[in-house]
Amino acid sequence: MRDFSYLRAGSVDAARQAAALPGAMLLAGGTTLIDLAKCGVIEPDTVVDITHLKGLDTIAVDDRGATIGALARMSRVADHADIKSRFPAVSEALWQAASAQLRNMATIGGNLMQRTRCPYFRDPSNFPACNKRSPGSGCSAIGGVTRSHAVLGTSEACIATYPGDLAVALVAFDAIVHLGDRQVAVDDFFLLPGSTPEREHAIEPGEMITAISIPASAAARRSTYLKVRDRQSYEFAAASAAVGIEFEADGRTIRGLRVALGGVATKPWRARAVEEALKGKVLEPEVVRQASLLAVEGAVDHGANHYKIELAPRVVARAILKMGETA
Amino acid sequence: MTVHELRTRPGESKRGDASDGAVLADQVGGRLSRIDGPAKITGAAKYAVEQQLEGLTHAVLVQSTIAAGRVRSIDTAAAEAAPGVLLVLTPDNFLPLKTATDWLGTPPPDVTYCPLARDVTFSGQHVAAVIAESFEQAVAAAALVKIAYDEAPAIVDLSDPKAGDGIPVDAMTKEWGEAETAFAAAPVRICNAYNTPREYQAPMEPHGLIAKWQGDQLTVWEPSQWLDGMARTYAEWFGVPFENVRLVSPYIGGGFGSKAFAYGYGAVAAVAAKMLGQPVKLAVSRPQTFTAYGGRAATRQTVALGANADGQIQSIVHRGVNETSVDGMWVEPLGSVTSVMYATPNFSSRQNVVRVNTVVPGALRAPGENPSAFGIESAIDELAYEVGIDPLEIRLRNYAEQDPEAKKPWSTRQLREAFAAGAEAFGWSKRTPEPRSMRDGNQLIGWGVAAGTYPVRRAYGEAVVRILADGSVEVESSSIDMGQGTYTILAQTAAEVLGVPADNVVVKLGDSRYARAGVTGGSRLAGVMTGAVHKAATAALDQLVGLAISDPNSPFQALQANTLVVAGGRISSPRGDGPEVSIAELLRSIGREHIEAKGDTMPANSTVEDRYKNYTTIAMALPHTEGDYSRHSWCAHFIEVRVDEDFGTVRVSRVVSALDSGRLYNPKLAESQWKGGIIMGIGQALLEEGMVDRRHGRIVNNNLADYLIATNADIPDIEVISVGIPDPHSSVLGGKGVGELGIVGVAPAIANAVFHATGKRVRDLPITLEKLI
Repeated sequence: MRDFSYLRAGSVDAARQAAALPGAMLLAGGTTLIDLAKCGVIEPDTVVDITHLKGLDTIAVDDRGATIGALARMSRVADHADIKSRFPAVSEALWQAASAQLRNMATIGGNLMQRTRCPYFRDPSNFPACNKRSPGSGCSAIGGVTRSHAVLGTSEACIATYPGDLAVALVAFDAIVHLGDRQVAVDDFFLLPGSTPEREHAIEPGEMITAISIPASAAARRSTYLKVRDRQSYEFAAASAAVGIEFEADGRTIRGLRVALGGVATKPWRARAVEEALKGKVLEPEVVRQASLLAVEGAVDHGANHYKIELAPRVVARAILKMGETA
Repeated sequence: MTVHELRTRPGESKRGDASDGAVLADQVGGRLSRIDGPAKITGAAKYAVEQQLEGLTHAVLVQSTIAAGRVRSIDTAAAEAAPGVLLVLTPDNFLPLKTATDWLGTPPPDVTYCPLARDVTFSGQHVAAVIAESFEQAVAAAALVKIAYDEAPAIVDLSDPKAGDGIPVDAMTKEWGEAETAFAAAPVRICNAYNTPREYQAPMEPHGLIAKWQGDQLTVWEPSQWLDGMARTYAEWFGVPFENVRLVSPYIGGGFGSKAFAYGYGAVAAVAAKMLGQPVKLAVSRPQTFTAYGGRAATRQTVALGANADGQIQSIVHRGVNETSVDGMWVEPLGSVTSVMYATPNFSSRQNVVRVNTVVPGALRAPGENPSAFGIESAIDELAYEVGIDPLEIRLRNYAEQDPEAKKPWSTRQLREAFAAGAEAFGWSKRTPEPRSMRDGNQLIGWGVAAGTYPVRRAYGEAVVRILADGSVEVESSSIDMGQGTYTILAQTAAEVLGVPADNVVVKLGDSRYARAGVTGGSRLAGVMTGAVHKAATAALDQLVGLAISDPNSPFQALQANTLVVAGGRISSPRGDGPEVSIAELLRSIGREHIEAKGDTMPANSTVEDRYKNYTTIAMALPHTEGDYSRHSWCAHFIEVRVDEDFGTVRVSRVVSALDSGRLYNPKLAESQWKGGIIMGIGQALLEEGMVDRRHGRIVNNNLADYLIATNADIPDIEVISVGIPDPHSSVLGGKGVGELGIVGVAPAIANAVFHATGKRVRDLPITLEKLI
């Protein structure tokens, strides 16, 4: 780890000004920043500590939706009674992420800024080629160990999987990222790698996440986050799905459906084709299974990650059917 | 007998479960809690690299980024100019060391040893090291060392076309009868290949050391499973007498076979400390631990079973291969369980090793027996389905009544009892034989069984027992406790012999200045050391009683007794007709500061050289088939899995294991060790795999987020049942091995359960979800 200057920001404005300087990075929970600094992936000149800033850790839930301050810890949000009752998928995504120790440290804003777990990205000394780290240097992952890499949203420049859970639920329920006064839909906040995999988020220098908001919806209230992995805890998803359903008055016909995938794509992946295919349909296992196959339309594998193309639709179908059972 | 957890009695919390029926916690066989536990839980236990030393400097390793080739040049200028840097070590300025004797006692070749490589044979090999005033400075400067390589093609792993068939290891060949002919003639034949990947010890405490020189005296604080073996290596590297090296290792945060040897990074720290004249700390980073020493070698086996239609085995033909490094030799004995588990008139096992560009593999819990059991215990399950016989029944039909290879009777073999007790507790009789016949919603349920075994490795030990003026007792040994309970069982042994409460016994371990000890590995330490302490304590007791009887100032002198009784720390005559005094009172009256006895279990005519060899190599170890008997511990695992039919995820939902480790010196600690082995086996079966990038010959998941070991959430309640009986042929006090046994057979039991659940036979570990969807 290289030496850096430590700066304690006195206010949100001061933090943004400091963070606008070249080589500056914000420090919240530190679970990503310190990890990647130790790996040699990031080498900040200045670390701007915002952990003590007042008013950024509130969780407010009402009939219009939830607003969660950027500094709220993952574990607090996961445990919040109104989040659990009105946005179960958000709570479930959070408590299945990382480990208890990490959830007690990591913040919601920092969680959105979490970087990929691609082993080639994380090891600069052995794998100098990484378009995410050094644009134009190439991709070490393609042709390598690809078991955990993405099958959706990839490009020739990058196949790194977006690893998080929370943002998958947020994308499903049209959450908004607040960058001070500017607001960006979560789906737009995460960028596809394309030819610029180094740009992962629609955030500009000098901007800072201050909060996220999630609009209330019937689908969010009847929602779940299903995470599938070999290890029961503390592992990134092999495939995951955030699903919310709103039924017509008959309790069987789907009026509204939200589906997003995790662990299989280069960003939190909204599966609108599945949503459209099932809208107005009666919830039947075979119909759901067929429609869920649309979740991986256009998927491309790199050998060892082929199983994700098989697995992801099954995870989607199980999550949808599980929500139907609770009707 | 099912083992129950007993509630701690009020006031006895320090001792944990006070008794297991008749056995007091203070005696051998009692359920005394680990006496080192509170120190570890509260953080009071100071581990090797936590020592605070004046003038301590910090070393950081620089490892190769190619798997094969040559270091063309190393540019150290930027690193040397970096803040705080004291020294940059490369092959060019490294002190010439001598090559040391290996652990088998093989005399070393007369060539210089340098742990920093010019010729690179694996990715992650040490090439340079930076020593700085602070750890952070050393890390920053290490990144500035620029190494240029001439890269050569690497042999990546066993499946590399360049790897070839390897080198036959003749010592592994075992043959009797006409195995190939009998197999060809058998009415039922199955033949399959079973593979295990590279696996790693992944101890919680990573490796590292602090080295400090005073003149030609070297002190090394390093987690160690073998102080005297490692002290010998350091001494030989530097050409100083063995006595000049002191190894200190009071606590070890997990070893699993990986902490028995001095490795190259140890030489780096010791050389740096010598060159700088300052103590040097070197902490191997977690990613570096994957190549700073070897994990379990990747293995491949073919097991052919020829049988009658009733499932009786007529022939076993076994072929095994394990990988080793380009210039080192590691043999993972793959035929070790194959040749002892089942009775067969015809048998053949051969093994090759294949050189690939990897760090030389090493010992990982039950080396040999573990992968060997995966082969034979999977194969017999396949045979059971082939002939339509219950997997438990087929094992009983082929039960080996004596060692089929050595043709000697077992010292004790409670495997039949293990099968019976395990099956009963598990409810095996309720199993429906058909695959996919048991389910719960989306979960396919499978029940599997497999057996395991580990040989009894015996050696000689020594210990010092001291009775102090206040009546307390000290036990000293340079053996170690890496969590398995050495501190506790040696206290119990001394307490029982000397008739004092275990609380009054202080056990001192982990310093090579104490009485010598051999390696803590192969499940030998408890048997060796309880024997040595028993002998030393008995000698101390004899001295004490002798003085009490004969010393003119003893209160017992007038009694003219032949013997006296010591119990509860007090001395009296057997008839109770004389005085009764405490040990402290007796020592005071006869004017003795202390009584000291050294006991060892070496043969009486042993020379100084014999003793040195016994404690610093394994050359004096006794074969498990020495004399009239074949000695092994045994176990049977019964495991239930739940497999999600859509996702392929496997969860272990129930484990019942019945184990025969002979007499248990402390059932509570033995159960913990067995459970630890079973937990590790669950990780091995379902999760653990070093993933090799085939272009670079490099393990890419070299951290604990990506190299998956089992978490608490992966582990169900585990019931362990002791079926052992005292085995006088295996150790002084009747115990057999505990620590290695538990893991042996777990992976095949899980694979067999997965087959029962799904109808899919997975012969390549780990059983990850993509193999089942």
